Amino acid sequence: MNTEAVKAIYRNEMRRTRNTLLQSILSPVISTTLYFVVFGSAIGSRIQSVEDVPYGLFIVPGLVMLSLLTQSISNASFGIFFPKFTGTIYEVMSAPISFLEIILGYVGAAATKSLIIGAIILVTASFFVELRIAHPLMMVTFLLLTCISFSLFGFIIGLWADNFEKLQLIPLLVITPLVFLGGSFYSINMLPEFWQKVSLLNPVLYLISGFRWSFFEVSDVSVELSLTMMAGFLLLCLGVVWIMFKTGYKLRQ
Amino acid sequence: MTDTERPIIVSIRGLTKTYKGGHQALKGIDLDIKEGEILALLGPNGAGKTTLISTICGLVSPSSGTVIVGGHDIIKDYRKTRELIGLVPQELTLGAFELVVDTVRFSRGLFGKPKDDAYIDGLLADLSLGDKKNSPVQRLSGGMKRRVLIAKALAHQPRILFLDEPTAGVDVELRKDMWALVEKLRQDGVTIILTTHYIEEAEEIADRVGVIRAGELLVIDDKDNLMQSLGRKQLLIDLKTAITSMPADLDEYNLELSADGYRLTYTYDTQRDKTGITALLHAINEAGLSLKDLQTTQSSLEDIFVNLVHQKS
Repeated sequence: MNTEAVKAIYRNEMRRTRNTLLQSILSPVISTTLYFVVFGSAIGSRIQSVEDVPYGLFIVPGLVMLSLLTQSISNASFGIFFPKFTGTIYEVMSAPISFLEIILGYVGAAATKSLIIGAIILVTASFFVELRIAHPLMMVTFLLLTCISFSLFGFIIGLWADNFEKLQLIPLLVITPLVFLGGSFYSINMLPEFWQKVSLLNPVLYLISGFRWSFFEVSDVSVELSLTMMAGFLLLCLGVVWIMFKTGYKLRQ
Repeated sequence: MTDTERPIIVSIRGLTKTYKGGHQALKGIDLDIKEGEILALLGPNGAGKTTLISTICGLVSPSSGTVIVGGHDIIKDYRKTRELIGLVPQELTLGAFELVVDTVRFSRGLFGKPKDDAYIDGLLADLSLGDKKNSPVQRLSGGMKRRVLIAKALAHQPRILFLDEPTAGVDVELRKDMWALVEKLRQDGVTIILTTHYIEEAEEIADRVGVIRAGELLVIDDKDNLMQSLGRKQLLIDLKTAITSMPADLDEYNLELSADGYRLTYTYDTQRDKTGITALLHAINEAGLSLKDLQTTQSSLEDIFVNLVHQKS
């Protein structure tokens, strides 16, 4: 195990984050505040409560997941795409380092950054609502699983993309709709029955549902199912990355 | 150490590479690189020089053949072989915002070496980058970026250094610095393989020269041997009046007569004790020819190279 190399990649990625610290911290704080003003105060004042949870509080897990998913994907995809774009990837590819170590470095750093952002959002949220977390350990588990699996997913996108357009394509066309339609701001019980069934096809639903359960013990699907889906997604991403590296996909001719 | 005592550090056998598009970049390369030598690989654009280097460094997967570096297979024992190797790529590929010192430290870590700021500082000073240590890479000139790439390649103290066109687009001063650096590395026992378009460069610093064309190694030999065996010197004799046929007395010298009859060309080997010039000039005088001018030319590595590449095409 080349731990020095993993540390080097991790540190390098984290330094990149530090260089854009203001943007990294400010943007989730601002967007969370905006969501609270619009959904929590303005619209929430008319909705009052969902499944006995005040609406402002109800949307907190969804908000965290919304940022976590988009941030994990954009951090990790950019982290590996940019060296490919500039050509500096040659150094990583010629280093005495295994694919697992490359992933540990890049995905580890992206997941760390997402985790920090998640924490910032929770702290910001606590200024607007009285936060309560029923199962802190499960909450952290969901947080970690999400950061890791979606950073891995972002890493795959970064490997696959060979231009900036492709890099934005999946987050924009797939992830954002899935998150918004996955019950970030509502319970699927509020939907007509047909759309409830359709929503069950949305993988992000399981994520948000499980995460919300760890806060309020209310969920759209069972928490076990949520965990299973998450683990399945993580394994799927690991499998895809493994195949990509095994074949040298777009990295080694 | 004489050349024959030097152990082989890189051994390439039957190496081929066919890219996905069907382009065959390497067609069965056999090559042994000796420890501590400076090997220059010459060849026109697209000859396969970069593919060869990239394969040894792990950037390109070989289609067939084996490469052994320091006794280890580059695929099975890639960790061991890559630790020994430093690569300076042809393109100026550097991140934009990172500081010089950070990117060099990153390289060291990436190759598994623990932090050593004293070594990095020394390295930057050797490359005249001491005062640029904390500059963002993007603010540096092209020449400075080239130095940073060399610092990155040397950050993990490799035993073998690959320089892919190190002096392409580099000014004369930096080129001289680069040659001095190569000489210093050689004294430290580092094996250096460089590709170049500049014959002058190979002539100046290499111990051995290999010529690659269309994926084949046409020739590889000690530079001096190459110059000697292929290097010829010619004496060009311009006559005042044209002659139509060679005087019989001059037959033994195998002179060439130009089409217009004004120039005789005598080819000889400078390594021989007797070049035959005195006798030839005497014979010309005897034959009653009067001379207008004399000049000599020596074939350089460049001529040898051009000859080789054209001969086989």
